[in-house]
Amino acid sequence: MRVGSPGKVGLVFVSHSSDIARGLVSLARQMAPTASLFPAGGTDDGRIGTSFDLVTAGIADADAGEGVVVLCDLGSAILTAETALDFLDDAVRDRVRIVDAPLVEGGVAAAVAAESGDPLDVVVEAAESAWGGRRDDASEGAPSEAQVAGDAAQPIDGDRAASGHTRSIRLVNSDGLHARPAAELVKLASTFAQKVTVNGTDAKSLLGIMSLGLTKGAQVDIASEDPDGREAVDSIAALVESGFGEA
Amino acid sequence: MGLDITWAVDWVRRSAQVISEHRVELITLDREIGDGDHGENMDRGFQAVLPKLDDLAAGSTPGDVLKLVATTLISTVGGAAGPLYGTAYLKAAAAAGGAVSLDGPAISAILTAARDGVVARGKAESGDKTMIDAWTPAVDAAAAAATAGTDAAGVFAAAADAAEAGAVATEPLVARKGRASYLGERSAGHRDPGAESSALLLRAAADTAAAAAGA
Repeated sequence: MRVGSPGKVGLVFVSHSSDIARGLVSLARQMAPTASLFPAGGTDDGRIGTSFDLVTAGIADADAGEGVVVLCDLGSAILTAETALDFLDDAVRDRVRIVDAPLVEGGVAAAVAAESGDPLDVVVEAAESAWGGRRDDASEGAPSEAQVAGDAAQPIDGDRAASGHTRSIRLVNSDGLHARPAAELVKLASTFAQKVTVNGTDAKSLLGIMSLGLTKGAQVDIASEDPDGREAVDSIAALVESGFGEA
Repeated sequence: MGLDITWAVDWVRRSAQVISEHRVELITLDREIGDGDHGENMDRGFQAVLPKLDDLAAGSTPGDVLKLVATTLISTVGGAAGPLYGTAYLKAAAAAGGAVSLDGPAISAILTAARDGVVARGKAESGDKTMIDAWTPAVDAAAAAATAGTDAAGVFAAAADAAEAGAVATEPLVARKGRASYLGERSAGHRDPGAESSALLLRAAADTAAAAAGA
């Protein structure tokens, strides 16, 4: 019998496909080696679909008393998860949250938060942060103006334009911007309402930031076009400059 | 006359038979606008209920049968139909309570509770092209029949007639809930499989209730 890691929020990934659920556990496990991550994919007999029994078992496995975050893929996965919650004891149900977030990105972000021992509310926020700005400005499309990779010549510490703020920092971390610092950066960015980009990528997107693949010495361009974005840019710049406490 | 445990068991057996007979039809409907698993999932669910009927304790009530169907469907139907129908039967069981026999007003109350459960679970509204488009006319017709003093079998007959009409009326609708909603306008022109299976189950209830009344 598997049991949730003591002191940590557990996660259950509910997918119509057992491969997707198990694959997501493997993916998130890279960044969250000790967190409680449980797949609940497919039906009891391995077909495409969702299983009340598997979801119920996943929640029981993931629950170490600190709470459980459940992420789902398509609509009926949510219905199954909600039904499973209906059958839980009140005390357990109170600490189980079904979070509306993109399964993969939200799952990875939540796993990183759970790994670092964050409480339930913060893990929920981490999962929701995976929306980044996408949900609000879905029509906006990908940022194009800032597809300037790290080697573009830009003035260090200069204001980009009258309407925005830019800071450029050299990454000092010897292992580059790997999972933990990337998660810290995203967490910090998510505390600001303003849109901030790092080398053109939404600073609130964990997978986006990680996939920049920034290594030691890389130039990190932190920018916001928002007139009120200075504090966000400066805060993130300070975090990068600090080496995330590990350089 | 009221409907008792014998009727409830008959209804479930008849439901399993009807769903089996319409399995391919439901799969075809679902394949046109969904993921094509509705007939198979419903068939699997009801077939799983059948052996459990033999294990019902002596003195079981119609409510016990409804609860057995609920928990079995929730555990065995892999698609959205599992939690949706499971919730419907569960709320119906709660409304039936420990009653040994169900009269017209009781049947009306049970159908209302079932419909409300589906709405709460799936958050669909009338016109979204879902099973609610069969259920809500059925509930309204059942309430009217019960108020008019119709017996339990008559209430089910009114509900089944309305559900069948409601299912047919989903054909021109554009889906706003569920997998079919991904198709947008292309979902128009096809009957909703959940509305169809709902109508089948209510017709099975009406037929077995009529047989019980005639017995």
